[in-house]
Amino acid sequence: MTVATSHRHRKVAEPRPPLALKQSRLPRWTLPVLALVAVGAGCGIGLVAGLDSTVQWGLIAALLFVLATYLLTTAVEGTRQAKDRLATSAVWTAFLLAVVPLASLLWETVARGTKVLDGYFLSHSMGTLPDALPGGGVYHAIIGTLEQVGLATLIAAPLGLLTAIYLVEYGRGRLAKVVTFFVDVMTGIPSIVAGLFVLSVWILILGFGPSGFAGSMALAILMMPVVVRSTEEMLKLVPNELREASLALGVPKWRTILKVVLPTSIGGITTGVMLAIARITGETAPVLLLVWGAKTINNNPFDGAQQSLPLYVFQQWQQGSDASYDRAWAAALVLIAFVMVLNLVARGIARWKAPKAGR
Amino acid sequence: MDYSTSPLSETPPPPPAAASVSGRTVRPGDRIFLGLSRGSGVALLVIMAAIAAFLTYRSVLAISGDKSNFFTTLDWNATGTEPKFGIAVLAFGTVVSSVIAMAIAVPVAVGIALFISHYAPRKLASPLGYVIDLLAAVPSIVYGLWGALFLVPHLSGLYGWLDDYLGWTGIFSYSNGAARSLFTVGILLAIMILPIVTSVSREVFLQVPRMHEEAALALGATRWEVIRMSVLPFGRSGVISASMLGLGRALGETMAVATVLSPSFLISASLLDPGGGTFAQNIASKFSEADTFGQDALIASGLVLFVITLLVNGAARLIIARRKEYSGASS
Repeated sequence: MTVATSHRHRKVAEPRPPLALKQSRLPRWTLPVLALVAVGAGCGIGLVAGLDSTVQWGLIAALLFVLATYLLTTAVEGTRQAKDRLATSAVWTAFLLAVVPLASLLWETVARGTKVLDGYFLSHSMGTLPDALPGGGVYHAIIGTLEQVGLATLIAAPLGLLTAIYLVEYGRGRLAKVVTFFVDVMTGIPSIVAGLFVLSVWILILGFGPSGFAGSMALAILMMPVVVRSTEEMLKLVPNELREASLALGVPKWRTILKVVLPTSIGGITTGVMLAIARITGETAPVLLLVWGAKTINNNPFDGAQQSLPLYVFQQWQQGSDASYDRAWAAALVLIAFVMVLNLVARGIARWKAPKAGR
Repeated sequence: MDYSTSPLSETPPPPPAAASVSGRTVRPGDRIFLGLSRGSGVALLVIMAAIAAFLTYRSVLAISGDKSNFFTTLDWNATGTEPKFGIAVLAFGTVVSSVIAMAIAVPVAVGIALFISHYAPRKLASPLGYVIDLLAAVPSIVYGLWGALFLVPHLSGLYGWLDDYLGWTGIFSYSNGAARSLFTVGILLAIMILPIVTSVSREVFLQVPRMHEEAALALGATRWEVIRMSVLPFGRSGVISASMLGLGRALGETMAVATVLSPSFLISASLLDPGGGTFAQNIASKFSEADTFGQDALIASGLVLFVITLLVNGAARLIIARRKEYSGASS
């Protein structure tokens, strides 16, 4: 402002300096330079103070950067802009803060998991191998997971699908409202509670032993509400005109649902079921209570303890030797890969089969 | 508003052959299909009722055999002739770790959601949302393994630092053990619920009417002012319900806690030192050595967890339902 007035001092007619249409702004290079300085200062402080964690260096640098930007912007551009900058920095920091652990999680799993992951690992069980020795594999766990998840899907998918059809196509009145409410309630059941329920009925009251099937019942309880929710959403996307056209041609309602509504939404429904499968594949707690975990191959899910991938990870971690840690990481990698592939394929199907006339 | 209330879908026009019989024919196929689908809806209700009934039944067996107060005892000894167990420590640990998780996760998640919806370059935004959704699918046992073998060793430095400067509060005193404490559990739970809270919040932020934002921009608001004046008020209830969903997960999380925490049955003010326990973790770690009565005792603690998560989720649903009315009125 002072510069402006001194520049225009000859125009005597103006008592006040003209209102600047353009605010004074920081040059574009300020922020990158500040960021560099902050990172440098963070590393410097970290080195001098002898902090051994690089995460702490990063935090110090971030704090310095935010403070410096705020002060500088307040001085040059005013408080409102400074607050805006502060918010921008905070949002970026939040993002970077979250990326660090999540990226580290994936990186560690891949880096440590590939150590023992090979064909032998995938095709052999633990057998009688002592846990502290290297060797052994996850074949029995893969078999167990596939069978348990398969059985759970066989129970939960039809039930969930039919429930969703009831809610969308038939549901009016009190029963539908109650079912909707309890689907929501069921979504929030902790996995260990589902496990405890099957434990109390199947094992404590009916007196059966641990088996893959007991585990899949608990998994089915966890899977059902997810299937209902996603299928419901998909059925609601089917344009009503399709139903009305079919009904107007004299097609019975049940055939309309089977031949018109379901084929239209089949892509979305498949996606929902696959995402639900991906979710229950990673569940450990009910499997721990109901399947117990065997070291050898048990192909029969209805009799005797089995193994499953997440439980295998947990038990190998419990053993606490270097060899078992390696196996735990490798199994975790197999598990993540399985879940991710399911997710990607499911989302691929969703995109490929998306209803053309949705919403 | 949709077909469910439309008269057309209510009674299908009968085909010519059936028209002569009556105005309302119900075909056997329709009856079977309705029966099947209604039956599975009812089956779902039966399962829920059975869960509540059987858990309560086994819990009553356990609590009536408990020789001390189930709610205040600071011990878990469910074997022998004088079983004494109580959930005080578990309730404390569950609440404290979840509160820590929420305190860390919610602000960060809102930040990431805002980043994706309003700050990130357009090309980056949708892949980022995709990645966040994928991360929500990472199994909890993997978080547990990472937490126990990677996070715990890396936190002792931070805890030592916290102890130096905040140790006098008592909460942050730390005696150089492995960092397998409630606070670590809180941090790990925060990382675990970040993706879910983020993805729900992002959905809500993306639904903010464009006009609201443009109106604020036209008044000369900065980006932050746009967010504060139009995005956050619109998204507030959505963020609350997202956090409640995350809280529900944090409360019931089993494996990540069981791998990271080194449990003990005492309530200690120091959150950085190992010790404490949560409902789910206690069930998972005590299960293998429990006899039938011991399992009943664990079921009783599971019932308490069930009720708590029901309350939290119910609150979240209520808030979502309120919001639906609100957004229906305004859009």
